[in-house]
Amino acid sequence: MGLLVKHSGMLSLIQDAGRFGSFNLGLTNGGPIDLAAFQWANRLCANELNATAIEISIGGLALTAQLDITLAVTGADMLLTINGHQKELWRSYHVKAGDTIELGFATQGVRSYLAVAGGFAIQESFGSTATVCREKVGGLTGEKLKAGEILPCISQVRKQNLVLTESLRPNYSNDVVLHTVPSYQQQHFSSHQQRLFFSSEYTVSKSFDRMGYRLSGKKISCDIDGIISEGICHGAVQIPADGQPIVLINDRQTIGGYPKIGAVSSVDTAKLGQLKQGDKVHFEPISMEKAHNYFHLNLSLFNRKKLDVCS
Amino acid sequence: MSKDAPFHKVAIYKPSIHIAGENALIIYFAEQVSSEVSAKVQQAEQLIRQAMKDDLAVDIIDLVPSYASIMVVFNLLTTDHHQIRRKLRLLLHSLDDKSQEYSHNNKSSVVELPVYYSAESGPDLAVIAKQKKLTVEQVIEIHQSIEYRVYAIGFSPGFAYLGEVDERIATPRLSSPRLKVPKGAVAIADKQTAVYPNVSPGGWNIIGLCPVDMFDVSVTPIMPVNVGDKVKFKAITKSEFLVLGGELPEMSGTLK
Repeated sequence: MGLLVKHSGMLSLIQDAGRFGSFNLGLTNGGPIDLAAFQWANRLCANELNATAIEISIGGLALTAQLDITLAVTGADMLLTINGHQKELWRSYHVKAGDTIELGFATQGVRSYLAVAGGFAIQESFGSTATVCREKVGGLTGEKLKAGEILPCISQVRKQNLVLTESLRPNYSNDVVLHTVPSYQQQHFSSHQQRLFFSSEYTVSKSFDRMGYRLSGKKISCDIDGIISEGICHGAVQIPADGQPIVLINDRQTIGGYPKIGAVSSVDTAKLGQLKQGDKVHFEPISMEKAHNYFHLNLSLFNRKKLDVCS
Repeated sequence: MSKDAPFHKVAIYKPSIHIAGENALIIYFAEQVSSEVSAKVQQAEQLIRQAMKDDLAVDIIDLVPSYASIMVVFNLLTTDHHQIRRKLRLLLHSLDDKSQEYSHNNKSSVVELPVYYSAESGPDLAVIAKQKKLTVEQVIEIHQSIEYRVYAIGFSPGFAYLGEVDERIATPRLSSPRLKVPKGAVAIADKQTAVYPNVSPGGWNIIGLCPVDMFDVSVTPIMPVNVGDKVKFKAITKSEFLVLGGELPEMSGTLK
């Protein structure tokens, strides 16, 4: 029993907060690209923050409830309907067995998150339910959702529905500043190249996925062609031979041999993950201390925001 | 330094700790690849993993050891990079003291991997032989003659980077990668060799097929090798390959 997938949409994936501690096997992190939106979906269902939910990219997911349950959708603007009636995102609902939940296609942002009370009951692989298609690990089958699959969950209806007030919701813009800690092979980029990188506008190319965002704009050159392959952290900005930056995110490979100029703060990779082809980014250098401060301020803001009870 | 510290000729690298990202540091051990550097990386990894069972259990989330570096991912909710740097420096310092005893105690296991080398299982064998002015038999012989070291694991689950391949058969990557390299493909890229754990795209030169699963979640351990282990390849016949559970992919069409 659970939610039956009627239409899978473009790319819908089972995700928890991610897979950590398996780099030695070559397994990457996976997990939600927009961690904040994922966590809000869980908060709206009064769940643990890392409870298993669904990440819907682009849209088009349709589900039929086989049981009564509380559910919430957050993230990119997708038209949410329950039994054909339009519903607001950033709010929890009590759906009943037989109800149909449908998501349209994103008009602003790319990824949304659907959580249910108690989370989906998915067997963990390597300590996580996060789906990484490239590795065929996680989720129900290691693949994206397919029509006919049942997403198992236990009927849990919360006494109260919750809503995040409109003014507290994130704005998904088409122009994002990526705060970036200069790191790795930074010294192999001349000060002129670094200034160019941090002062130019970049456009999201057609190649953007859960591994990384390939950008186009001012070509950045590096003193060296390649490096001895080494660990790639979340948010690392790789500069391959063509000089066009790639920001590596959740499903990136764990090691690689291209020079890297820095790494984007996780607060901002979440925003990047809501961008699509043609959207703009700027890189802004910050120190490690400022990056920590930025992370913690963002976290404390998230914790300070309270949900309201609604009918 | 203690005055009792034994004099030894093993080159002492001064590992340096650099920033990787907001919650990651990277320790560089050297600027070149060698089995000594790799051994150092392996020793340091063991020390950090030991500490991760103890006082660094919450603070360090994961490690990525590679050829000459270890990336350390830490927990921003419990610590910061100053604290982690300090703890890593202490550990690395004890590494210098212990390197001697480690090099004696550390017995990496040698894993033997069977390979069916042939024209049908290794479509690039003939190309390498021609390029290197060798016979196909010589290429196979040279590939088997070395005890390789596992330098890193990554790229995809279970993908072990082995080195170093004999100069005589070291061959650069294909100019355009194949869309589909079969599971078990034994391949060469420059001075590296590897067994593809699963079907994937790839640009390495394929010389044979290995019937052993390089990543099997249903067995323990999941991978037959770890970083620091030694690997030897051993030629087997087609029938042995099939008996060991190997499967011949449809080479024509899928490989090119």
